[in-house]
Amino acid sequence: MLSKNWWKILSAICLLYAFIAGFLGSVPAKPILHETIRNLYFHVAMWFCMMIYFIVSVVYSIKYLRNSNPKNDVYALEFANAGILFGVLGLTTGAVWAKYTWGAFWSNDPKQLGAAIALLIYFAYLVLRNSIADVDKRARIAAVYNVFAFFMLFPTIWIIPRLMESLHPGGMGNPALNSQDIDSRMRPIFLLGAVPGWALLGTWITTLRIRLKFLEEKKLSNA
Amino acid sequence: MHKKLSRILFTIFASLLTLPSWAQDSADKAQMAGVMRSNGKIYVVVAVLVIILLGLLFYLVRLDRKISKMEKN
Repeated sequence: MLSKNWWKILSAICLLYAFIAGFLGSVPAKPILHETIRNLYFHVAMWFCMMIYFIVSVVYSIKYLRNSNPKNDVYALEFANAGILFGVLGLTTGAVWAKYTWGAFWSNDPKQLGAAIALLIYFAYLVLRNSIADVDKRARIAAVYNVFAFFMLFPTIWIIPRLMESLHPGGMGNPALNSQDIDSRMRPIFLLGAVPGWALLGTWITTLRIRLKFLEEKKLSNA
Repeated sequence: MHKKLSRILFTIFASLLTLPSWAQDSADKAQMAGVMRSNGKIYVVVAVLVIILLGLLFYLVRLDRKISKMEKN
């Protein structure tokens, strides 16, 4: 039991660390940001998780294209779902944060637009899947599309926003992670607490969905 | 294999040691929520968030158990 579930406990410990140290720990005093700098542990962690899940998803899609095992298609779908969930959370938390630092929920900033386009491309993945009735065809086309969607992440969230003037920090490097934005008091809480904690929590939810999906399929094939 | 692993772990550990020296910037004094923290009310927020987190984790554990039970049948 414990040998298989240790990472779920680790997720709880990391998240508790991020929640408690995230609010009680000291943070650098920055103009405009003030205490909202603590959003780093939550808002930025969402994007880290989104990227992790999309990477896992595309790996399973490529696996599916190599061996046509329907299990890989389920894994790819559910990890894409988790990525979309965390991406939407990242976008909405970013909008709230922007309201109180940049002055508006949405200011057509290159980073906001890029993230929105990237998510729309992934929404299309779900729509495309559901528009194909044949199971094998659906899995194959969805896997090919997922590879395309993954590579669209690079221009939309990694390259173009960094080339353009933006209100968002990190135009000249990694957003919110260079030494001008946070310091050594925040980095361990973010990298050892928030990111692994959220990433494992999302993985846990995803594995539950995958198991449920397999149960459904088993039930259908028995009926 | 074992040597490689210990080397990687040592590298991670050593890079963690350098964390405090990464940034010693002196930003302009921005106004922080000093009063709220000195009154200790921030602990209320932490308590609420920890309760929510524990509640969600508990819910997930229950769901996990339920699915495990279904898988056994």
